[in-house]
Amino acid sequence: MATLYNDKVIKHFTDPHNVGEMQNPDGEGTYGSPVCGDMMKISIKVENGVIVDAKFKTFGCGSAIASSSVATDMIKGKTIEEALKITNQDVLDELGGLPAIKVHCSVLADHAIRAAIYDYAQRNGKYYAGLEGFDPNADEEDRNHGCDMENR
Amino acid sequence: MKRQVYLDYSATTPVKDEVLQAMLPYFSQNFGNPSSLYTIGQESKQALEDARERVAALIGASPREIFFTSSGTEADNWAVIESAESRAKKGKHIVTTKIEHHALLHSCEYLEKNGFKVTYLDIDAEGFVDPALLERSLTDETTLVSIMFANNEIGTVQPIEELAKIAKRRGALFHTDAVQALGNIPIDVRALGVDMMSVSAHKIYGPKGIGALYIRKGVTLPSLLHGGGQENKKRAGTENLTGIVGFGKAAELSARNLDTHIERLTELRDYFLGKIRESIPDILVNGSLARRLPGNLNVTFKYIEGEALLLLLDLDGIAVSTGSACSSASLTPSHVLTALGVPVEMIHGSLRFTVGDFTTKEDIDYTVECLVKNVEKLRNISSVSKEKGW
Repeated sequence: MATLYNDKVIKHFTDPHNVGEMQNPDGEGTYGSPVCGDMMKISIKVENGVIVDAKFKTFGCGSAIASSSVATDMIKGKTIEEALKITNQDVLDELGGLPAIKVHCSVLADHAIRAAIYDYAQRNGKYYAGLEGFDPNADEEDRNHGCDMENR
Repeated sequence: MKRQVYLDYSATTPVKDEVLQAMLPYFSQNFGNPSSLYTIGQESKQALEDARERVAALIGASPREIFFTSSGTEADNWAVIESAESRAKKGKHIVTTKIEHHALLHSCEYLEKNGFKVTYLDIDAEGFVDPALLERSLTDETTLVSIMFANNEIGTVQPIEELAKIAKRRGALFHTDAVQALGNIPIDVRALGVDMMSVSAHKIYGPKGIGALYIRKGVTLPSLLHGGGQENKKRAGTENLTGIVGFGKAAELSARNLDTHIERLTELRDYFLGKIRESIPDILVNGSLARRLPGNLNVTFKYIEGEALLLLLDLDGIAVSTGSACSSASLTPSHVLTALGVPVEMIHGSLRFTVGDFTTKEDIDYTVECLVKNVEKLRNISSVSKEKGW
């Protein structure tokens, strides 16, 4: 059957892991905006520097939801340092690839992870080299990850 | 087997069996070139002219005013670009709307690159062009006004007769893209007073790859293709005979069934909307429900994204389309819903459903059932909600 997405993407989209919100998260980050067409929120629970739980809520297309699902799977059980090393490409690889035009949806996931860890670092006065240069509120254009709002 | 429900009749329609049967002999049996003088050529010529008569009859034109093209897009390009360029000495201003099909918009952009000035008229919150706005936009330089008959996304039907009158009073030609209107509302080119009209077969249960441009007798339009003299020397190239025969048959069926088609689709669409309204909260209907194509419904499901909903419905065997940016190659949200004033986040959550001659009430019931399930599922996943506000 010819479909837009591969089976793994469809599986994570139709039956996503880690959907939800946390009562008392140790860190929480949001990335994207409804205007742009996708917005992802990640909450994390951290014990001894290890992400023991992760949840997400995503407004977005099929690949944004699938990326959220695998990204939260990927960070669970990882140390903060390890989680910060996860790149857009890692999320893409884990999904087994996305159509070229959808690649920006996986950018959303790695940024949302960083935003959640940033929040955790802020709350606990921690410093992570992997967060160097990351500011969740900076650079509106980048936040829109290619979301082009130009209309005639 | 999973139920298959096609609700995208505005994208294209299946070829009706009677149409297919009419076409079949012209592939390998009656294959003669209509330009050939011997019998099998002349038989093809006859079939071609019969089809032309039927297409003409569907819009109240004379057969000599019908010129077959490869598509509605080709008809739009021809009408707009050739009429504007050939009248450049008189003026280089054309007027159109913000909700045209890309075949029209991109033709206008092409003209802009070549020194033309184009005015893109706004629509009101219901989806209509204000005739007074057109009146004010016209100048002595305006040579062409092109306004689509019925919109492909929200189905609103423009007051073409009134708009054409205004354009012609100022000496401008009037073209309309009637690709969506054809076979869905009664059309009489004489009463409407239009100069040119684009139509296409595959929206009325005919084959793809065949369209036509109506050019009113007396309107001069340069030839589009130069060659063997086909289509009264206006559009050369050996005719797409099977396509034309199919278009003719589809036009004949459409003319015969128009009243029941309209009545049936309107009833189905209204039934569909009623069921959506009673079973799903927080929805928004885009575009006026009055003066709208009978089969068209455009709905925003708040707090979720349309491509995700489209995909879930596809997995349930249901085919629909969306105005979401995520579904377009350019990643820009629908220009039609933008012009309508729908907030961008609500455009992302819009779906277009178009019912057609093969849609049943059972299809609608099944679709609503799947919509309820899938909208709820995505709202549970979504990071936005009524409580959190938009």
